[in-house]
Amino acid sequence: MSVSSALLEVDQCTVQFGGLKAVSELDLRIHEGELVGLIGPNGAGKTTIFNLITGVYQPTDGDIWFDGQSVVGHKPYQITARGIARTFQNIRLFSSLSVFDNVRAACNLHLKHGISHALWRGGAFAREEAEIAERVDGLLDIFHLSHLRNAECTSLPYGDQRRLEIVRALATRPKLLLLDEPAAGMNPTEKGELMRLIRFAQEKFQLAVLLVEHDMRVVMGICERIAVIDYGVKIAEGTPEAIRNDRKVIEAYLGE
Amino acid sequence: MIQFLQQLINGLALGSIYALIALGYTMVYGVLKFINFAHGDIYMVGAFVGLYVTPWVWKVIPPGQDPSKFNWNTTAGGLVVMLISMVVCAVLGILIERLVYRPLRNRPRLTVLITAIGVSIFLENFGQYLFGADPKSFPDILPDRTIDIGDLSIFMNQIVVFVTTIVLLVALRYIVMKTRMGTAMRALSYNTTAASLMGINNDVIIAFTFGLGSALAAAAGILNAINYPSIDPLMGILPGIKAFVAAVLGGIGNLPGAVVGGLLLGVLETMVVGYISPMYRDAIAFAALIFILLFRPNGLFGKIEKEKV
Amino acid sequence: MNRPKTWLLLSILAAWVISRFQGAINPYYYDILITIGINIILGVSLNLVTGYTGQFSLGHAGFMSVGAYASAMVTLSVGAHARGESLIFIGALLVGGLSAALAGLLVGGPSLRLKGDYLAIVTLGFAEIIRVVFENVEAVGAARGLSIPVHTTDFFWTFLSVALTIYVVVFLVHSTYGRGFLTVRDDEVAAEAMGINATKYKVLAFVVAAFFAGIAGGLYAHFKQFIHPEGFGYLRSVDIVVIVILGGMGNTPGVIIAAVLLTILPEGLRALGSWSALPEAIRPLIQNRMILYSLLLIALMLLRPQGLFSTGGRLTKWLKRGKGAAA
Repeated sequence: MSVSSALLEVDQCTVQFGGLKAVSELDLRIHEGELVGLIGPNGAGKTTIFNLITGVYQPTDGDIWFDGQSVVGHKPYQITARGIARTFQNIRLFSSLSVFDNVRAACNLHLKHGISHALWRGGAFAREEAEIAERVDGLLDIFHLSHLRNAECTSLPYGDQRRLEIVRALATRPKLLLLDEPAAGMNPTEKGELMRLIRFAQEKFQLAVLLVEHDMRVVMGICERIAVIDYGVKIAEGTPEAIRNDRKVIEAYLGE
Repeated sequence: MIQFLQQLINGLALGSIYALIALGYTMVYGVLKFINFAHGDIYMVGAFVGLYVTPWVWKVIPPGQDPSKFNWNTTAGGLVVMLISMVVCAVLGILIERLVYRPLRNRPRLTVLITAIGVSIFLENFGQYLFGADPKSFPDILPDRTIDIGDLSIFMNQIVVFVTTIVLLVALRYIVMKTRMGTAMRALSYNTTAASLMGINNDVIIAFTFGLGSALAAAAGILNAINYPSIDPLMGILPGIKAFVAAVLGGIGNLPGAVVGGLLLGVLETMVVGYISPMYRDAIAFAALIFILLFRPNGLFGKIEKEKV
Repeated sequence: MNRPKTWLLLSILAAWVISRFQGAINPYYYDILITIGINIILGVSLNLVTGYTGQFSLGHAGFMSVGAYASAMVTLSVGAHARGESLIFIGALLVGGLSAALAGLLVGGPSLRLKGDYLAIVTLGFAEIIRVVFENVEAVGAARGLSIPVHTTDFFWTFLSVALTIYVVVFLVHSTYGRGFLTVRDDEVAAEAMGINATKYKVLAFVVAAFFAGIAGGLYAHFKQFIHPEGFGYLRSVDIVVIVILGGMGNTPGVIIAAVLLTILPEGLRALGSWSALPEAIRPLIQNRMILYSLLLIALMLLRPQGLFSTGGRLTKWLKRGKGAAA
């Protein structure tokens, strides 16, 4: 094991589907509290990397360390319990639940009491449910969703659904948040607003964030460090300034 | 050894029936991705259509006097009965698809599954109302003879069942691989949207698939009734479920797989009955199903697919 | 719903008070009342699996049979005692419920890895295997069936169990813990990504539902005083599924209403079917309740997949949602 101080360390990971290498010998480090961008052309393997980190896919080769322990072979819910939360590129809210319940369900992970309390309904149960409600409302408030608290989540506009997914992910109390194109389909003003919120949440909850985004300007604006993926291979990594002038990146994006 | 061979022959005859029904499950699954629970009941309807049209057919083509001797007229009559039953069931299958399944085409699979269970229960109980709940005896529509080879006795009917199954399979393979309709069916099973973008009329193909599958089930119903000439409205439940098991064994959506699965299950079942106990005749199919779904959910020849996230 | 335990105690008290007068109820209606109670338990418990957790099971009658046989065996081995009859009965019911729960664990553990159609078929398969086993075990009467010498099931025990079933299912689901069931139904991948152990929830739903199905089986056995493997076959499971679907998946009050209606309906149909004003040909058509059930199922799926008594809303959306996001 490496003795680096990184919160997440993806070490020489390869994901292979049949003959296709979706991710190839990837190295990626994210430190505590860091905001890292992950960019690359369509189909470069960004979402696959998310699925790899969150345990949906297992690496064919390589290792993943989070918070000092290997998470390879762990189930997605175990990895979330360790402190990695995510959003989905194609929004996956709990469609039969209200806005409030979507977030409440994500508090399930940190429940101190289980089935017996739910059935007995004693004082401890009531207190915990009240605490959860307070926490959920607080989170909804930060992301300006309080007024939609009791709405059906499927009736929300697209942008609100994306923000709700972020709130839901935050409710699991992550140390690392993976955001998969959180600004997709938003206009520039909304995008700017969302990025400001992400920065705010990052500081407030002392999060590390890994952000997949297509819009280069958005990523350049807020990320401290950027990794560029093309055909499953990391072709560049560095500050926004360095990435902007990297020849390989320009080639990957513009083609030759 | 003789007993083993005898069981093997019985098993292959039974397995042919399962294979014919299994093909319908697998074809429908291929194009629509759902299990047509009512398919086993089409097999039952097939047998009853045979029962009711036989007197009419015999009026036109009088059968031979001695049922134990080969007779061209009897054979021709039997084939006509089978063809009529296949056509009637094809129409029934298409009708069910048109009336019930088509309006549900884009609904969750659970909705469609429940509907199919509904259709199945309807056919069984309406059958009881229409035909009566008591078993009916099926006429000898084919010459009935036993061929003895040493200690081994083979019923003529078993050979007929086996040969007919193979003929139908070859015909099916031709339809699926060589005709325009078959090509469209295959296209549809790969990618519904792309197929319709390429100008394939999904509705027609799906109806055709239902028709074809139902015709095969009807043939199975007739063939089985020739072997076991007692039919009743609930006769389709177990063979239906077993044929489904056969389809899963072969990897659902896989045509040759369904045939192999059917034969395998037929042999397995007769072996269990012959060597262990007839009481476990039906349990073995379920045990096989549970085993295969838990350990090789995509069938003996299938490949594992993972849900896209 | 603010004082759940009070509600539970009140309903148990009500059941006790009514049971004091059960002798005054016409035996025919009394029979129907008990059957209604048993069907409510079966419907509400299956609703936890199918309605709230989204796992379609076609084997609920199998768990019922395990409960029926296990409780009957307890009664038979203890023998008839005038004193302590209630205690023995409680013991028998609990053994029935726990045996069924164990069966639920054994069946659910492996089969809940499957989804939708496959899960339905596998649960059906397990239930059939359970049936074949009972048909072949001499100690429980094999294919001859099993007689139970005592008629201990009465109004009180039945509706006490009904109240407990409803309480457990409703209050389990209406908690942060219980939201887990619904997330598994809505989107298993997202649920896991939120730290929810989907497998644990599915198995839990299965085990709890099997427990109550077992209780229902125990009540049934000590009510009819005769049980037979055939009585717990595929069609019995379908009966319970119809209750859940008619009532609306994930809608407990609807399922209760449906259980009442579907218990009374066959009786009504039987009466209507013997009405002499009707043409001879139609009467058997009406008396066969399964024809009506099946048409009802098909019509519901086509027109109101959320069930007859759903108020619409979120669940309706889930049910009407497109393909791909399939159950």
